[in-house]
Amino acid sequence: MTTTVTSHRTRPPAQPATLRARRLPWYAAPAIAVAALALSAVIVYGTDIGGPVLVVVLAAVLYLVGLFAAANAVEGRRSARNRTWSALIHSAFVLAVLPLVSVVWTLVSKGAERLDVNFFQTSMNNIGARDANGGAYHAILGTLEQVGIATLITVPLGILCAIYIVEYGRGKFAFAIRFFVDVMTGIPSIVSGLFVLAFWVLIVSPWFNDGRPSFSGFAAALALSVLMLPTIVRSTEEMLRLVPPPLREGAYALGVPKWKTILRVVLPTALPGIVTGVMLAIARAAGETAPVLLVAGGGAAINTNPFENNQSSLSLFVYQQAGDASRYAPARAWTAALTLVALVLILTIAAKLLARRNRLSR
Amino acid sequence: MAKRVEASNVTAYYGSFKAIENINLTVEPKTVTALIGPSGCGKSTFLRSINRMHEVLPGARVEGNLTIDDQDIYDRDVDVTAVRRMIGMVFQRPNPFPTMSIFENVVAGLKLNGVRKKSILEDAAEKALRSANLWDEVKDRLGKPGAGLSGGQQQRLCIARTIAVEPQVVLMDEPCSALDPISTLAIEDLMFQLKDKFTIIIVTHNMQQAARVSDRTAFFSIEKTGDPGRLIEYDNTQKIFSNPSVKKTEDYITGRFG
Repeated sequence: MTTTVTSHRTRPPAQPATLRARRLPWYAAPAIAVAALALSAVIVYGTDIGGPVLVVVLAAVLYLVGLFAAANAVEGRRSARNRTWSALIHSAFVLAVLPLVSVVWTLVSKGAERLDVNFFQTSMNNIGARDANGGAYHAILGTLEQVGIATLITVPLGILCAIYIVEYGRGKFAFAIRFFVDVMTGIPSIVSGLFVLAFWVLIVSPWFNDGRPSFSGFAAALALSVLMLPTIVRSTEEMLRLVPPPLREGAYALGVPKWKTILRVVLPTALPGIVTGVMLAIARAAGETAPVLLVAGGGAAINTNPFENNQSSLSLFVYQQAGDASRYAPARAWTAALTLVALVLILTIAAKLLARRNRLSR
Repeated sequence: MAKRVEASNVTAYYGSFKAIENINLTVEPKTVTALIGPSGCGKSTFLRSINRMHEVLPGARVEGNLTIDDQDIYDRDVDVTAVRRMIGMVFQRPNPFPTMSIFENVVAGLKLNGVRKKSILEDAAEKALRSANLWDEVKDRLGKPGAGLSGGQQQRLCIARTIAVEPQVVLMDEPCSALDPISTLAIEDLMFQLKDKFTIIIVTHNMQQAARVSDRTAFFSIEKTGDPGRLIEYDNTQKIFSNPSVKKTEDYITGRFG
């Protein structure tokens, strides 16, 4: 008697006799969903406590509860938990995508009204409140020039800084640089605008302009650089750290100098990630309004020279048109917003394609 | 081509930790020398100090004398990159450059050191790949990425990359430990062939491998964890494996310790 008890206790947990288990039929989940939706509609409209949004939310909750109960009864605990969590994760995905779809839909539907050739060929110069025409040519030009100059400044600076931190920096100095880059990440865009206003527009620009301070697209580019730099440094740094050390050692062991190893082995390996970081920074800079308003001043006319006089930008154009009293202004604002999003999207796709071009086809 | 490697009183540190102490050892040209011993005994550290790869790690340094044909490689005037070009190294895990094709991988050492001419690069690539017994397998896909090869092929690609710069000495740090027996055999055959041209020093945990491929064997060991590794015995491979003169070597080889 005693022996059997002991042997029983030392035995591993009972193995199931068969590997097969009972499963809910394939139509169970959709059926529960439909039932949840119907029940939810009856409850919400029956008690008159809300509209269609509440129906969907309540239906989602009822669906989760129903699914868990059904799966628990038929398939067991583990499977019920698996199904519930899967459903939760899918709902989270839908919730995250919903605003994005909504934004794109709003932009396209409202921006289509002024999406004509005239919009991309004309500026707002001499356009009065009663004119239906007018366009964003000057603003598109301003955005391209300002973001372009800011990118030219920050990409080399940011990548070199990241290379210093990862490959060369040791001890307190590198730590201090990392710390201040982190601090820079949190600088509000208006502060960077104020900094450039105080430093560049008021102090430096009079030297080039007969003693009078001058707004310029270049000043806006400087302010955008301050915002882009930390993003580029941090993302590049992370990407360089992901390059496996054995690759560097492999190059060193061939007698390749350190700088050339970084240039020809480390950077190409990290390139796709670096490009993504740069594009994120560009997208952020292209969407900034406040610094451009502060140091480039905006303007209705086309100004191709980024180094002199007022310049506008797309986001500033959106801000000004959205606040304008003219009945034609809101349509222009929507189209400009659509243009801005499309511009960033096109740039991102182009950069990704360029980064991939150098990589080998499998 | 091949040169003599002479170490006298070589001591290496990682920060304040002494990893190896007073290693004295001479490796003759055109031989294969195996370094064996338990984990953590400093074989790899010693190997990496021969081509100054040890100092790549922060805080790591080497004391003592290491000469290649009577040239002190730790001399103040010595250019590290010249040392590493003379003394190539193959690592434990194959590490082909992922952004480069097979061809670019093989000629990476030449190309990154300034050789531009296509005909020279092509000749060098073919020669190195033939020496590494890889030519027939990859000649039709030289433009494909090196990372797409199998593990054994990748390791032979790394060997080809190493010998393409025509070093005098080739160091191998457990080159077969990540490979299957067939790839291992291919690389061991390769070592026999390469011996005609290069001095080869190999770290291995596989004693049969040491017995198969090496002419001379050095046995490293430590007293206990935290102590520096020391060279216990260095002799002809046959002697080490049949009749070692130190008790500790015998214990290790017969599997009684380590």
